[in-house]
Amino acid sequence: MAGFVPHTPRDVREMLEVVGAAGLDDLFVDVPAELRLRKPLNLPAPMSEMELVKHMGRLAGKNRPGDYTCFLGAGAYDHYVPSVVKHLVMRSEFYTAYTPYQAEISQGTLQSIFEFQSMICELTGMDAANASMYDGATATAEGAVMACRVTGKSKILVSEAMHPEYREVLNTFTSGLPVEVVEIPAPEGVTAPGELEKLLDRETACVIIQNPNFFGLVEDGPALGEAVHRQKALFIVCADPISLGLLKAPGDYGADIVTGDAQGLGNSMYFGGPHVGFFAVKSKYMRKMPGRVVGQTTDAAGNRGFVLTMQGREQHIRREKATSNICSNQALCALAATVYLSCLGKTGLAKVAELCLQKARYAYRRLLELEGVEPVFRGPFFKEFVVRTARRPAEVNQHLLRHKIIGGLDLGKYYPRLDGAMLFCVTETRTRGEIDYLVDKMGGL
Amino acid sequence: MKVPENLNYSKEHEWAEQREGGVIRVGVTDYAQDAMGDVVFVELPETGQSFAAGESFGSLESVKAVSDCYMPVGGTVTAVNEALLDAPELVNKDPYGEGWLIEVEPSDEQELENLLSAEEYKQYLTTLKDEGGD
Amino acid sequence: MSGPLIFEIGSPGRTAAALPENDVPAQRVEEMLPPAMLREEPAGLPEVSELDLVRHYTGLSRKNYGVDTGFYPLGSCTMKYNPKVNEDVAALAGFSGLHPYLPGELCQGALQLMYELEKYLCEIAGMDRFTLQPAAGAHGELTGMLIIRAYHMQRGDARRNKVLVPDSAHGTNPATAAMCGYKTVEIKSDSRGGVDLDDLRRLVGDDTAGLMLTNPNTLGLFDENIAQIARIVHEAGGLVYCDGANMNAIMGIARPGDMGFDVVHFNLHKTFSTPHGGGGPGSGPVGVKDILVPYLPRPLVECRDNGTGGKEYYLDYGGEQSIGRVKAFYGNFGVMVKAYAYIRMLGATGLKEASRYAVLNANYLKEKLKDTYHLPYDRTCMHEFVLSARNLKDTGVRALDIAKRLLDYGYHPPTVYFPLIVEEALMIEPTETESKETLDRFAEAMQRIAREAVENPELVTGAPRCTPVQRLDEVTAARKPVLRYRQENA
Repeated sequence: MAGFVPHTPRDVREMLEVVGAAGLDDLFVDVPAELRLRKPLNLPAPMSEMELVKHMGRLAGKNRPGDYTCFLGAGAYDHYVPSVVKHLVMRSEFYTAYTPYQAEISQGTLQSIFEFQSMICELTGMDAANASMYDGATATAEGAVMACRVTGKSKILVSEAMHPEYREVLNTFTSGLPVEVVEIPAPEGVTAPGELEKLLDRETACVIIQNPNFFGLVEDGPALGEAVHRQKALFIVCADPISLGLLKAPGDYGADIVTGDAQGLGNSMYFGGPHVGFFAVKSKYMRKMPGRVVGQTTDAAGNRGFVLTMQGREQHIRREKATSNICSNQALCALAATVYLSCLGKTGLAKVAELCLQKARYAYRRLLELEGVEPVFRGPFFKEFVVRTARRPAEVNQHLLRHKIIGGLDLGKYYPRLDGAMLFCVTETRTRGEIDYLVDKMGGL
Repeated sequence: MKVPENLNYSKEHEWAEQREGGVIRVGVTDYAQDAMGDVVFVELPETGQSFAAGESFGSLESVKAVSDCYMPVGGTVTAVNEALLDAPELVNKDPYGEGWLIEVEPSDEQELENLLSAEEYKQYLTTLKDEGGD
Repeated sequence: MSGPLIFEIGSPGRTAAALPENDVPAQRVEEMLPPAMLREEPAGLPEVSELDLVRHYTGLSRKNYGVDTGFYPLGSCTMKYNPKVNEDVAALAGFSGLHPYLPGELCQGALQLMYELEKYLCEIAGMDRFTLQPAAGAHGELTGMLIIRAYHMQRGDARRNKVLVPDSAHGTNPATAAMCGYKTVEIKSDSRGGVDLDDLRRLVGDDTAGLMLTNPNTLGLFDENIAQIARIVHEAGGLVYCDGANMNAIMGIARPGDMGFDVVHFNLHKTFSTPHGGGGPGSGPVGVKDILVPYLPRPLVECRDNGTGGKEYYLDYGGEQSIGRVKAFYGNFGVMVKAYAYIRMLGATGLKEASRYAVLNANYLKEKLKDTYHLPYDRTCMHEFVLSARNLKDTGVRALDIAKRLLDYGYHPPTVYFPLIVEEALMIEPTETESKETLDRFAEAMQRIAREAVENPELVTGAPRCTPVQRLDEVTAARKPVLRYRQENA
């Protein structure tokens, strides 16, 4: 029978008899006749598994990422996903489970989330992290809302060098609330300290920066953090977790809340989702966090175990006064991140970060040797950088595509003043040969 | 259920005690802590905040529920029981003593008279039992 | 028994990573990054071999319970079987390896899939357009309610500041209303478990932004008055939001759009068989009627002639009145692939059958259990039903104890203590993919537990005994939270 329904005609007969119904239609007596659909849904004819596999293969085949070398980043990163990550995440005891409400039979999920929280705290330099958020953008927006709640203030300052789509999400999330979002200019590519000082005032709930920022540049975290704290606002840093293999933990330069997207940690890009957001705080804000949290405890026999805890913050208990409405998160992607970080470990993450840094630097140096390629910003960057090209970015990218290269992101769409500039990303997966090929083809334009 | 004679009570199960210097100490009753179960976290206001009678000034959290705490009389918070931040279980162990919540400088002492006496509160509790039983 | 944390195994200097050597001319890190921004100590991550890693997480997986492990009648969560082929097709490199900013010509298959999925969801819901951006049900609710808000604001109707929510509603509904700046007003349920029409009429008014309703509702009952409810809210100028969490009961049978709902969200991870992943990723697309299309988040996927007789799919970023983005990029695409595959495999007949058998299974189990447990609303149910354990109260056994005892019998328990309007609630949703034998065995276990409650209550209140850990101390966990591992000698 279709739809993975196991019922035989005999089963149906016997079951209807127990229910006291003459037929399946009788079970829908409560649906008023005028609301019942009189015709079948207008959907394509059903497919067998074989037909489906062929059909999906054809659809996937119209996308051909494998044939191309990708230099796009901007929030979705082509980092290598080790085989071991995929295999462990595909253990079906993990992926076919629901949220771990029944702790006694969910220790697998619960302990792995506890490990995730611990690793996020290690990377960010924070005291507590939650079990994950939808993505980096929503995690950051939730951070801003939390800051307003904690401080009782209503002004949110966000760096213009924050991912444009993250800023959009921030605006949407706060659109129904009595708060105001103001952007801090970043004319030189990094959050301008002078501009920040001008905007900071006693009504400021928080200041949000991304580090490394949307342009790949490393912000002066300590200086910005100090300015923020002088006005008693909260400092929110949205960080790239891979970069934290090398870069100082935001908690060590004054961050009160650290958010970010952990797609790069063992999750495929998947056309932008599912990704996984993380959210970490200093201990004094622990009970103000949104989202699920796992805590360590003991069982009746004194053994260590893990449970969902501090649930009084959450929607199923506090309802309209909850810290957020979030319920489902991105648990399986958080598991992938946990396995990935365990796989790389102390030395491996630093090494991946350094490979990104070295290769991005190399690509930048080589590209700048080309005539018509100009630097846009000064200052240190991590794995992404901006250059201006003599030809229009669209034209450059069209040319590169012909050579099976996916070029940089055209920034004019997001920042009119950066019309003609492109954002390139180079991860550890790019080889010297691929970078040289890119340089060669851009030079041939 | 303990209901000390010397206190005044609200129907939201807060008690109020007049102390020296006109300050009112506020907590939740034995009935309330029992109904809550193990209190795991107490959220208290900051000193200096003002609330009207009947307004929520904080909350008690158990593992599966949250209850708001309401001002038995209006006024300004002059002290909060900091001990509860580390030991919320005091609310369960000693609701009328070490488990007190806040102290208030009342804006209108007359409001105390709107509260129930121990006798009236006991009476009120019996009506709740009648409703709840089934 | 509890095992070690990943931090507690392995040895300093060990790693499971096999990384390539740097193949470009190297520079010193200190020359490339400001020293003040460099980490002084490496992050305290585990140091394990690949085999350590595999054994650790394989071990953890065995302390878990999924649909693949056994029966999972968790009410309101639709824990149906997750077809394996969905995982295979979603893992194709042509889907998983796509960067979201690829030029259109390199992602036509992905855009086509999203375009078609949107059409299918519109047809199933009776709505005009869907956004696929929301990552989960609650995220969909936020999106839907912000759309309702935008609609009123656009019309200059700014005084509508209240959202009506039935007392049987999921906690996400009031929490969502609050995130949109709305005040929640609770409506009573009537004696049949539906919305109390008199209460609704009394509370609705020119300050009502909308009503959030789950239908079938959280009691597993179809609200027969739904058309009238929608009319009452519409006449007052409000809009009606459908929490589509319970769509598994009515696919191909009735459609939210036809019932009078203006907005609906679906949970692809419930109704459309995508696995829940131990808490996500899900996907919560939101469908709307024509009048609300301008407010949908952008981009939407559109289709046009490619000039050579074929079709071209593209992302349309227009939409001046859009509420804005709710997520970076386009939503949980990987989850959409699985839901799409499920819909294509089942087709119209398969989806309808799935709902019909989901409802049959629920009614069958309800009949088998209603003499053992109290059934507060004794009527034909939809895909789930709510029992009450209040008939066992005198034994000292509570709903939670029954849930824990079920673990000993090898079952995942039903949802307990929800909805809030039923005392000692046990909310049971068997789903269509379970066989009669499984339901019979589960019913037997439930009956045995009821007998145990009378004859030997300690057996029930002391459960579980056969699980990797016993009951856990949630009170201490919440009073003195330990939320992360810290190396003792750090």
